[in-house]
Amino acid sequence: MRFYGTEIDSRLMLGTAQYPSPRVLADAFRRSGAGIATVSVRREAGGERAGSAFWDIVSDLGVAVLPNTAGCHSVREAVTTAQMARELFDTNWIKLEVIGHADTLQPDPFGLVEAARYLTEDGFKVFPYTTEDVVLAGRLLDAGCEVLMPWGAPIGTGLGLTNIYGMRTLRAQFPDVPMVVDAGLGLPSQAAMAMEMGYDAVLLNTAVARAGDPAAMAEGFARAVEAGRLAFEADPMEPRDMAAPSTPVIGKAFLT
Amino acid sequence: MKITINGTSTDVQADTLAMVLEELGYGAAKVATAVNESFVPMALRGQTALAPGDRIEIVTPRQGG
Repeated sequence: MRFYGTEIDSRLMLGTAQYPSPRVLADAFRRSGAGIATVSVRREAGGERAGSAFWDIVSDLGVAVLPNTAGCHSVREAVTTAQMARELFDTNWIKLEVIGHADTLQPDPFGLVEAARYLTEDGFKVFPYTTEDVVLAGRLLDAGCEVLMPWGAPIGTGLGLTNIYGMRTLRAQFPDVPMVVDAGLGLPSQAAMAMEMGYDAVLLNTAVARAGDPAAMAEGFARAVEAGRLAFEADPMEPRDMAAPSTPVIGKAFLT
Repeated sequence: MKITINGTSTDVQADTLAMVLEELGYGAAKVATAVNESFVPMALRGQTALAPGDRIEIVTPRQGG
């Protein structure tokens, strides 16, 4: 699939945080087949060199990198973080997070649109972390975003798709916009459901990194994403209320 | 002069951003910088003069979701 004109082989995107070790992170990426890794920027003391060590690990994954503005609560903070990330990672892609609520990590819709517009004008390709709100989605597209990343549930909760009606509406409203379900997924079945609904990809982190066996869970999600996509492309049957026999009725032996 | 580096008050001799990075041991490390909440590109660090009380952020690649 394509994001801002760049072809990506996989419909699974994976975060790089919270793994028990760099080796487990690398194993999880390998078995997930993920095509994009999310990363962040954080403070470093002189002589520490932890950033360089982490960068070496990410470079070895051989995937595209999507830096985030995680933890930013204001437009200014998000913009400056994005600009620092662009220089560090040498990419104009940015996963834009402008957080509006500390407990739910819900995006601040007003700040998000303002930051998206500013960054787009500054040459960024913005991947906005947003909600399932269709009005907000429209505003983000107006601001120049060509991808939307609605949450399934609040970050790190593993609750899955908590507003299925809203997710269906959003997908139906903008059928041609690449959409990634970002955040809140906990199980492969939830990822499959998102893909069956026509979402283009999913972004995971906690569900994989915090599993007892992150690499196995990564592969589980990869299969679910593939299964869900196949189902979507296969044009699923319409559900119905009453039973309909699948075995032919005609020709049944008449036995009493 | 006293400036704030990543939230910590720090005494430095140098008076440009590039020299402060050198002084504090960042050397050739992969870092990005901001002064008083505004991004300063690598190419401009040498000509970015610092004043007492300036707030410097120095960041590197890290794990993220």
